[in-house]
Amino acid sequence: MAQPQAAITQIGQARARIDGPLKVTGTARFTSDHNLPGMLYAVPVGATIAKGRVTAIDIARARQMPGVRAIMKRGDFPPMSHITPNFVEPLMADETRPPFDDDVIRYYGQYVALAVADTFEQAKAAADAVTVSYAAETPNVDPHLAAENTKVVSERGDAEKAYAGAAVTLDAQYAIAPETHNPIETHATVANWDGDELTLYETSQAVVNHRNVLADMLGLPRHKVRVIAKFIGSGFGGKLWPWSQSPLAAAASIKLGQPVKLVLSRPMMFHAVGHRPRIEQRVRLGATRDGKLVSLQHDYVNTTSILDDYEENCGEATPHMYSVPNLRVTSGLAKRNIGTPTSMRGPGAVPGLFATESAMDELAVKLGMDPLQLHLLNEPRLDEGLGVPFSSRHLKECLTLGAEKFGWSNRDPHVGAMKRDGMILGWGMAACSWLAARLDCSVSVELRQDGTARVASASQDIGTGTYTVMAQMAAEMLGIAVERVEVEIGDTKLPPGAVSGGSMLTASLVAPTEEAIAAAGKALIARLVAGENTPFSGAEPQTLAFKQGRIMAKDAQTSMPFAAALQTLQIASISGQGTGQGTFGAQRPKLSSHSFGAHFVEVTWRPEIARLRASRVVSVFDAGRILNPLAARNQIEGAIVMGIGMALLEGTEYDAASGAPINANLADYVVATNADVPALDVHFVEYPDYNLNALGARGVGEIGLAGAAAALTNAVYHATGIRVRELPLKLEDLL
Amino acid sequence: MQTFDLVRASDRPAAIAAGAESATAQQGASVRFLAGGTTLIDLMKLGVERPERVVDINRLGLDEIRKAENGDLFVGATARNSDLAHHPLVRADYAALSQAILAGASTQLRNAATTAGNLLQRTRCMYFRDLASACNKRKPGSGCPAIAGANRMLAILGTSNACIANNPSDMAVAMLAYDAVVHVQGVAGGRQIPLADFYVLPGQRPDIETMLAPGELITHVTLPPPKTGERSVYLKLRDRASYEFALVSTAVAVTLADGKIANARFALGGVGARPWRVRKAEDVLRGSAPDERAFRNAADTCLDGARPQSHNGFKIELAKRCIVHAFKQVTS
Repeated sequence: MAQPQAAITQIGQARARIDGPLKVTGTARFTSDHNLPGMLYAVPVGATIAKGRVTAIDIARARQMPGVRAIMKRGDFPPMSHITPNFVEPLMADETRPPFDDDVIRYYGQYVALAVADTFEQAKAAADAVTVSYAAETPNVDPHLAAENTKVVSERGDAEKAYAGAAVTLDAQYAIAPETHNPIETHATVANWDGDELTLYETSQAVVNHRNVLADMLGLPRHKVRVIAKFIGSGFGGKLWPWSQSPLAAAASIKLGQPVKLVLSRPMMFHAVGHRPRIEQRVRLGATRDGKLVSLQHDYVNTTSILDDYEENCGEATPHMYSVPNLRVTSGLAKRNIGTPTSMRGPGAVPGLFATESAMDELAVKLGMDPLQLHLLNEPRLDEGLGVPFSSRHLKECLTLGAEKFGWSNRDPHVGAMKRDGMILGWGMAACSWLAARLDCSVSVELRQDGTARVASASQDIGTGTYTVMAQMAAEMLGIAVERVEVEIGDTKLPPGAVSGGSMLTASLVAPTEEAIAAAGKALIARLVAGENTPFSGAEPQTLAFKQGRIMAKDAQTSMPFAAALQTLQIASISGQGTGQGTFGAQRPKLSSHSFGAHFVEVTWRPEIARLRASRVVSVFDAGRILNPLAARNQIEGAIVMGIGMALLEGTEYDAASGAPINANLADYVVATNADVPALDVHFVEYPDYNLNALGARGVGEIGLAGAAAALTNAVYHATGIRVRELPLKLEDLL
Repeated sequence: MQTFDLVRASDRPAAIAAGAESATAQQGASVRFLAGGTTLIDLMKLGVERPERVVDINRLGLDEIRKAENGDLFVGATARNSDLAHHPLVRADYAALSQAILAGASTQLRNAATTAGNLLQRTRCMYFRDLASACNKRKPGSGCPAIAGANRMLAILGTSNACIANNPSDMAVAMLAYDAVVHVQGVAGGRQIPLADFYVLPGQRPDIETMLAPGELITHVTLPPPKTGERSVYLKLRDRASYEFALVSTAVAVTLADGKIANARFALGGVGARPWRVRKAEDVLRGSAPDERAFRNAADTCLDGARPQSHNGFKIELAKRCIVHAFKQVTS
């Protein structure tokens, strides 16, 4: 890969969001803000059983209610196609069954009918008036998991034998409650069928994929479907792939010939739009007396739905995290009458690292060793899972800098020994890792006579700062101010972009943006050479270069900014397109690419009233070059807040009898509030990863959540002597 | 939400007359008074409350907060929770009440919620709020899935085999400790109901929650004058640091004399079918030294007869710690 060009001006600047003014003035239009002429409102009817069969749907009363245009149920529109997921096309859906496909109910809240009316209130009232009869069976939502169809994910050496012969061993089980994505914006679709083309305003983290899936499901040519997602009120992975409300809204619009808006309620967020499944993990560690790991076994199982096999890849980080000659990682699934799970911020590695980093802390206690030292001692030189070098691994620096900023050397290892203001202090730490990769991604760039540029891609900004970072990148490469760059994303009419997921979008945008600018420059050079009365008339194109937004002769002082060149040529604008190749999912990578980090957490514990609070967090990350420290810090801070929720608060409760997620609201599904979050001290060790892209940048959306829960519960152990092996921690566990 | 008529009462008799048209003032009422709406409108959206007529009482001049001639604190039915919590009289003389209100809900909710509305807020039992679930409080005789289900947050005191819902109010707990009296106006005239008698236990009819009869309008609540030298505190324990209902809470008010407890009043929240106060537990403190043993004794007495459910047995010990700690705080 090319080394970065000369002057760095825009990259690394702490820039406020360029879309900030639109958002704070309420002029940014999110999906549900789109109101089209003649638009109808749709409200789905969800099953109130979790297993069984629909025997009858009585719509008589609902159909006669004021404003009602249709009550749709199975058979009221042409059958839709099932989706066979593949990531390459992309054609991804976690719930592959189209809505209303059969009369079998496999989870609570599964859509069985759709009320469409002139107003939202009328549609809601009509949906409530639909009477559904069921032949109900006893659902299985049992939280105790026994793995079905287990498989080996990674293996080296003989982990069992090494474990049996190890001087010090640890064998522990960890569980994590199902977590539900709760972005403030619920899933929404505004579908508009004009008789020929279908336009979907959609809450999507992947507009191109959404278009492909919806076109295939509905049997429409892909070029007849357009998906638009200009602003997204966050997704956390829940909006990566399409869910049933989208084809339902589309089918209603096609049938009724009018635009249809469908916005999910908060309770519906707990039904049919994915969640992080319940996960049980067993970690067995074997070590020498001086703390060198000799064996690591990591076995995990997650719940999945009846029809779809969603695998929470908890072993993602395990094979490369520690130096250990003998390792075995296995996964398994347990089918339940619960909707299909999906990616939730840091899928796989986040829950996986809760287990492995808790186990490392438990092992440190057994060894009588500082957990920080245990980590440093077992730091690998290469990715021992893949047998290849790391692209750039600076976990040691994260650990040592974090320890220094936190004051870790002052830690008294004895449980409950540290006190402040009458409270017991607990200090815990954990390391973390998250993948670094690129996805296929195209970008177009238009250079304009007024010196501005437009950069466009069918990628998305899910609130993470993509608009801003894209403007920074283009400004950097063109040598112009960020304010002179217009960014257009979130629309499938643009060149196919990448998914906003896996912390891969930023890294994926660099090469195509560079290539698009180069292509535009090349086109400009061609015009300058061919044109009369230009400073470069008649020159050989290969003697000219396009750098930092200027055309220059390679062997002379002459140079000209693109705006002047366009003015001379009297052309309004010139464009170029670039496409970057992905690395994600590569079978035999030559390098192991990951981000790394370390969390150091202090909790306060008041046993007399069983009050536990996180009081201090220091986190350090190796995430390559940071393009925008303000946006990056914001991502990390948000992730740590979620880590506090994951460790201490969040869990979806499925009622054993009905299978309903019974706490399906924000009063009973408790997420962290500001009062639960202490000051967060976030640092980056900036080692550019030029193997990933020319700017050396990696994404930072997920790494902050990895390891956070383990650091917290490790701190809880240090304060209380109680090892929390099931999340969320419950106050009663500490009584 | 079901369609309903919204009317603004021109005066109190009109509001009362409108209310009296309902067959009940309890679950299933066909007429409801609307003040802040923070409970009622939510429950109407969920379909748990289905009034045909909603009577707005916000312009009846019921929002006064003042010292009454007899020294009582007079709190109007539609005084906003925020106004009450921040009122100088309350902050000076009824600290636990101010603290209790501020420990509940959010600023925005407290700005809308009212005194009477807070007293009449319904349980947060998840099954009560979910129309697809059976619930004896919503529909007597339909069953109680909470007993075998998610009951961690629910009551351990005053429950029945028909209902284990808890009263969620913070404000009412403090008012109960301060011996509040609820003043109501009905078609047949007014009456005063001590808050201690205002709520009824679920028994086999958990749909009946208060002493209120159809048409009875809460006009105000009075709190007796503060006891000389009394100190009070409200302590609320919950999973997260703010904006959550209590697992356990307590309002404690103590008067010391010669290093001994001259008088103690305390009530519990989060654990009872209604805000919970046990006089016997207060009696055991009278005359004893303000120490951990005495407080623990009182706590044990207060929790006597607690019936834990499958997931909330910890509330017994947590409630005791809450009581002991609050007493320590207020007597130290």
